[in-house]
Amino acid sequence: MFYIIGGVAVLSALIMVTNKKPVSAAMSLIVVMFCLAGIYVILDAHLIAALQIIVYAGAIMVLFLFVIMLLNIQEKEGRVAKHKIFFQFTWILATGYVFINMVKLIGAGDLPARMEGNIDGFGTTRVVAEILFTDFLLPFEIASILLLAAIVGAVILAKAKIE
Amino acid sequence: MEILIPTIKLATIYPEIIITTFAILVLLLQVFPTVIGKDYLGYTSLAGVILAAIITGQGGASGEGGEAIYSFSNMWVVDNYSRFFKLIFLLGTGLTILISIKYTKDEGINNGEYYSLLLFATAGMMLMAGGTDLIVIFLGLELMSISLYVLAGYVRKRLISNESALKYFLLGSFATGFLLYGIALLYGATGTTSLKGISGFISEASFGSPILIMGMLLLLIGFGFKIAAVPFHMWTPDVYEGAPSPITAFMSAGPKAAAFAAFLRVFIEALPSLQGIWVDIIWVLAALTMTIGNVIALVQDNVKRMLAYSSIAHAGYVLVAFVSTDKLGVASILYYMLAYTFMNIGAFAIVIIIGGKGEEKINLKDYTGLAYRYPLTAAAMCLFLLSLTGIPPTAGFMGKLYIFSAAIKSGYVGLATIAVLNSVISVYYYMKIILAMYMKEPESSVQHSPLVFTPAMIIALGLAVYGVLRMGIFPSAYISMAQQSYLSF
Repeated sequence: MFYIIGGVAVLSALIMVTNKKPVSAAMSLIVVMFCLAGIYVILDAHLIAALQIIVYAGAIMVLFLFVIMLLNIQEKEGRVAKHKIFFQFTWILATGYVFINMVKLIGAGDLPARMEGNIDGFGTTRVVAEILFTDFLLPFEIASILLLAAIVGAVILAKAKIE
Repeated sequence: MEILIPTIKLATIYPEIIITTFAILVLLLQVFPTVIGKDYLGYTSLAGVILAAIITGQGGASGEGGEAIYSFSNMWVVDNYSRFFKLIFLLGTGLTILISIKYTKDEGINNGEYYSLLLFATAGMMLMAGGTDLIVIFLGLELMSISLYVLAGYVRKRLISNESALKYFLLGSFATGFLLYGIALLYGATGTTSLKGISGFISEASFGSPILIMGMLLLLIGFGFKIAAVPFHMWTPDVYEGAPSPITAFMSAGPKAAAFAAFLRVFIEALPSLQGIWVDIIWVLAALTMTIGNVIALVQDNVKRMLAYSSIAHAGYVLVAFVSTDKLGVASILYYMLAYTFMNIGAFAIVIIIGGKGEEKINLKDYTGLAYRYPLTAAAMCLFLLSLTGIPPTAGFMGKLYIFSAAIKSGYVGLATIAVLNSVISVYYYMKIILAMYMKEPESSVQHSPLVFTPAMIIALGLAVYGVLRMGIFPSAYISMAQQSYLSF
């Protein structure tokens, strides 16, 4: 099951990166988001899966599409300069080599499986909420400040005129 | 189901609360210009910084004798180490606000958001210094970075400022990805994000899981980017050159110190058992960072860009102390960051004064014959540059002395030699500015507009000069403070 979902996710991610049409790229991104949600479900994290679909596949993708439509991006043939092809090819080879080694390394070591049993009702809203408002209270509050700062920043950069 | 609320010691985060409150206050105040004039927004935020500094200095809720106080389910600590760093950040922010006040008016960006974001970034830095959990550290880092991305592009009508913000944002998010991936792998390998938990797990279990090492390397890249270590330094010159000068001064002092604070804490507290691996990597990084930073700085004509490369080189010196992970090394890092805050913000204050409106005069030739027109300004600049070079009796000299001696005591003589050689290289480009100021006659053909000094700017310069001299001539008080900060680690 994991391999099917994971495979589809990687495939759509590849399509997204290589596709030249922005709308199709965005659509493949939606598939990636759904696959990720599926992986969360396999991991018993149902709340996160639901949030993933609502927030990413829903809200953020709609925003993406809006921006694409508002900007009215024209389809343009990307051209790769001749002398750069060799350079890019080398890069791809180098990254691929590192990636394969990474997979080998991780595969070689046995996972120090330290799953502390299944917490009662793991992944449910109730348990997540409980942890969020007790142990993780400080990070939760910091996250809200972070969002506030980000909003202020976005407004500043997007405002038509600063007086 | 009964829910256990862990004990929350609110007093341990008073300084952070104050800074955040003032950030929001400044934001709201500008909506009512009748309550408080726009000119006073900067002073209001300065009041917040001073208040937070006083409370941090008193220790907040931390115990007498400086033992560490943990709170928020062991995610947050107030110890001498974090307090020392917080004071450095607050000092940096305070000086930045002082040198911003006139600049923001000149550039037409004198509004609450500027100071608000500055304070938000400060709060993020303080969270990085005090966090004992990777999540808190990461959120603090993001709070700092996002505020900085915006501040770098704050002068929107200037193209180079926009370019700087965009570059910083794209590369910064990329680096954040590395950091986050590293945290995820560490969590996957150990099952916890708390620094103590990770080190406990590694010492219990057999060492050397590849995932663990991979996570550590990714963390190294993420932090390496934030401190602008070579080869993750590509963004620094462009961002420093394009950002508004006060923000450049701020970026080179506070956030760099914050990244070092988190870097040190994570690697020394959580990953001491992998020390054999990361010490070697940091050795190479330190040597590269110093050499490349200094060598490229030699050929710069733009003073801001030169100071950017010089700041890369200084990150290299600090990494030298990092290699010798003992008490002396950490103490010398703390001392050096404090000294660096004084001298670098001081140097940038002069750059702002000379740059004038629109930052047009930032090239070396604009400094020609400065000593003949403004002897005091030239003398102050000379002092900061000498301190950056590391010539007695300045703070920079003592800082370098401590760093080099820490490296030699831990047996890294080779690295210390490279560092000393680099200091010699750096003399050349710092002297270039001093020579231009003192040895060359001012070109009489060029009409110089008079420089403008405001009280706030003079206070900032005075503080920086005082700090550089005081730390250089009477270093013992500061170094013992820095050493005490390590004890509680």
